[in-house]
Amino acid sequence: MNEIFLLAYHFFITGLFAVGGGLATLPFLYDMGRKTGWFDAADVANMVAIAQSTPGPTGINMATYVGFHRFGILGAVVGTASIVFPSIVIIIIISKALTRFKESQLVQDIFYGLRPASTGLILAAAFGVIQISLINMGNTGDFIGYFRFPELTLAALIFLLHKWKKPHPIFLIVMAGIIGVVFKI
Amino acid sequence: MNLLAELFIAFARIGAFTFGGGYAMLPMIKREIVEKHHWASEQEVLDYFAIGQVTPGIIAVNTATFIGYKMAGVAGGVAATVGVIFPSVVIISIVAAFFTSFADLPVVAHAFNGIRACVCVLILSAVYDMAKKSVIDFPAAIIFIAVAAAAAMNIISPFFLVVISGAFGVVIQLIKARKQVK
Repeated sequence: MNEIFLLAYHFFITGLFAVGGGLATLPFLYDMGRKTGWFDAADVANMVAIAQSTPGPTGINMATYVGFHRFGILGAVVGTASIVFPSIVIIIIISKALTRFKESQLVQDIFYGLRPASTGLILAAAFGVIQISLINMGNTGDFIGYFRFPELTLAALIFLLHKWKKPHPIFLIVMAGIIGVVFKI
Repeated sequence: MNLLAELFIAFARIGAFTFGGGYAMLPMIKREIVEKHHWASEQEVLDYFAIGQVTPGIIAVNTATFIGYKMAGVAGGVAATVGVIFPSVVIISIVAAFFTSFADLPVVAHAFNGIRACVCVLILSAVYDMAKKSVIDFPAAIIFIAVAAAAAMNIISPFFLVVISGAFGVVIQLIKARKQVK
């Protein structure tokens, strides 16, 4: 029973101090593994692989996996609840402040700079996905070798469908997954 | 339907179909939150992402809390957050219980190759739409390009990029205001 509190404590600290999204929790996970002996660095690598090949935010998936790995369903729930708790409190405080200062010129000016930055960060994240899905970064052969043609064809198909019919993203994601399995992409 | 239930369901759908980390939820947020429910504008979503980057915690969770709190107070923030993490808890528990090498299963690998190709298109398309709302003038275009390049090359941490851009925004607006006075 004491160990479950330790789990809650570790994930609470992670949620409180890991700034910058899911993968920013990694150093905290390594530290947790070292201090508690619950898992080693190889387990963490496996968790990252699973967290990234299942739907949902990476940080949440890792918290759930670590919790479940050690304590079953209870651990999954406790780990996840502990990592999000600090966020909920902090964001609600910020939200309150934002509503109050929304009209302030300074806040408006800050957001004028933040919005294009935010868009730029998302574009960079998109490049990260493109690097592992549409192109071969490690290619040593000729120019053609840099492109993954089955994936690029599928991406082109999705793009046309997306522009033409505007189907729900869920439909496109499920369809792409099925095509991937059927055509062994 | 009860607003809390609606928040929970909308964010559970987003959580269940976010593949490839927090930013990959943008196309789903745009469709569910901005276009379908009108709970937030595209600009607000960008603000939440930026704040999520400089505050502790997972960006997807922070964004859910922001929107939920805005719509229905503390209970709304909790409902949206529990919604976005609910699919993860269920799916990961099943995967952890039954598959020791889930990521190595051929079916999973093929499905994910397909899904990733799709996610590339969806994110790029969402970024294009967002850029029309956020890159509104020349200095904003410079911030956008500089941040995208620095983040893609991994030379400055996203935290500092956001802080610097906020400060830059203030300076640019001050300069603009000066010019208008003259």
